[in-house]
Amino acid sequence: MKIIVAIKQVPERDAPVRIAADHKSINEADLQWAMNEPDAYALEEALQLKEKNGGEVVVLSAGPERVGSTIREALAKGADRAIHVVADDLASRDALGVAKLLAEAIKPESPDIVLFGLQSEDLGLGQTGVIVAELLGLPNSTLILQVEKTDAGIKVKRELEEGWFQSIELPLPAVLTIQSGGNKLRYATLMGIKRAKTKEVRALNAADLGPAAAPVLTLENIALPSKQKSTQILPGNAKEAAAALVEKLKFEARVL
Amino acid sequence: MSRILVVEEARKERFFQETLAAGRKLAEITKLPIEAVGVGDPNKDIFLHVKGDVPSSGHAVIHPLLENYTSDGFVSAFEQLIRKLEPAFVIFPHTYQTRDFVPRLAARFGEVLIGDVVGIEDGPLFVRQLFQGRINASYRHVGTGPCFLSTQSGAFRDESHSGGDMNIYHFSPELQAESIRTKPSAPFRGSAQTVDLGSAQMIVSVGRGIREAENLPLIENLAAALGAEIAASRPICDNGWLPMERQVGSSGQSVAPKLYVAVGISGAIQHLVGMKASQCIVAINKDADAPIFEVADYGIVGDLFEVVPALTEAVKAAKG
Repeated sequence: MKIIVAIKQVPERDAPVRIAADHKSINEADLQWAMNEPDAYALEEALQLKEKNGGEVVVLSAGPERVGSTIREALAKGADRAIHVVADDLASRDALGVAKLLAEAIKPESPDIVLFGLQSEDLGLGQTGVIVAELLGLPNSTLILQVEKTDAGIKVKRELEEGWFQSIELPLPAVLTIQSGGNKLRYATLMGIKRAKTKEVRALNAADLGPAAAPVLTLENIALPSKQKSTQILPGNAKEAAAALVEKLKFEARVL
Repeated sequence: MSRILVVEEARKERFFQETLAAGRKLAEITKLPIEAVGVGDPNKDIFLHVKGDVPSSGHAVIHPLLENYTSDGFVSAFEQLIRKLEPAFVIFPHTYQTRDFVPRLAARFGEVLIGDVVGIEDGPLFVRQLFQGRINASYRHVGTGPCFLSTQSGAFRDESHSGGDMNIYHFSPELQAESIRTKPSAPFRGSAQTVDLGSAQMIVSVGRGIREAENLPLIENLAAALGAEIAASRPICDNGWLPMERQVGSSGQSVAPKLYVAVGISGAIQHLVGMKASQCIVAINKDADAPIFEVADYGIVGDLFEVVPALTEAVKAAKG
């Protein structure tokens, strides 16, 4: 079973988000980068599928040079090799433009399964995997918690809203987006980190994967969201603030 | 004729009212008429309880192969409908079903879904949130095909106006069973639901800020002092620190208690949609810019490991 896992590098969760002077991007200068967490769950699912069914796990990531550190992390956790689509202009592409790059990189590999995290923690578009399925002409299913190999293909457990689930059978090859929480994430071992250094990372230039189409969306500006409520921030040390809060809850909000 | 199509998902009537409200907002800006679309029987599945300004036309998409949702079936049916009606905009509710097939549908037109829209402004500009709700981004559609949108639950108000009649048109797409590649089972419930957070009067909810499962007693003590149920944001349940049934948010339960105390929860959209209807919201977080403070009535910016024990003591003292 040949599995491709698409992984995105995103700003670390607690990283400060500061709007840049152009009001269209954030300051990247002081950012730390990490693997998008839903993609970490996709990687975990891929590694477990390989452990059960044999085969190969190939990591695919697009972005500038810094993405290499996240690729190495995935290799250290057990992926066999990686493809790095080197692109400095991802921010100027819309979801369709990014999906085209990934689809072109995937095509010659002819995988059995392509896994994505269900959405990224930065842009939160939640559609790259579904678009790649369309571009590759493959069936898709989203928000998947478990994948099981069957004689005819795969059977997956899909999360629905409000605590409901559904089983879906798909033929292979197929594209899935993985919901978090289906598996427990593994850590890279020291041996894994050592081995990762010798694993193959093939660089593909975005420019060689076809011309970038004009985006169908333009970003006009970004801004801090306006508050939906006027929050009373209670000042002082922990004890003072806690005492003030209890007063407010008792006499102003009257909920105690 | 150019128009705005507003799509109803079966069994999501309340959400349809909101999506219609978004459609009306867009109609004000673009001066285009609104028409409704739904998959299923208009006397059974869709358009049943439409209140307010009813669109003058409704398109009921009917085919035996659409009785159970599949990505392949819905993409093909909507593609045929859209090619026939040539709308300028198509608005969906941002549900799991929409997420499963609309990006694919849009790609078929060389377009991109503008997903999880929280605002529509003059232009029209479409506002959606980035970085887990910490940034608002405004987008303009410049593609030549239809513009695909999905609206976030709770983002558009359902303003009820006087009613009217809807002319229903049936649309029967051409679909072949063999072109539908996924085979879905009937939906089933997860583990037996033993906690009904929906009826709780008070909830103390915990997020990533708690760092370790070993720190949970801190939260349990506060909940005990308040007489509150314990809930959590998704990552806590993903890690198995609390059962999934205690999860609040789009993939868990929606709650609206008298008091909701969010401890160490940054307030990603997926969490906010499940709790922002609470009567009184308290947020305790070390990050003053965390989006949870956008919906909180009271906030304490500080280290939860100091604030929560102090609050537990203060609550105990107040209750005598």
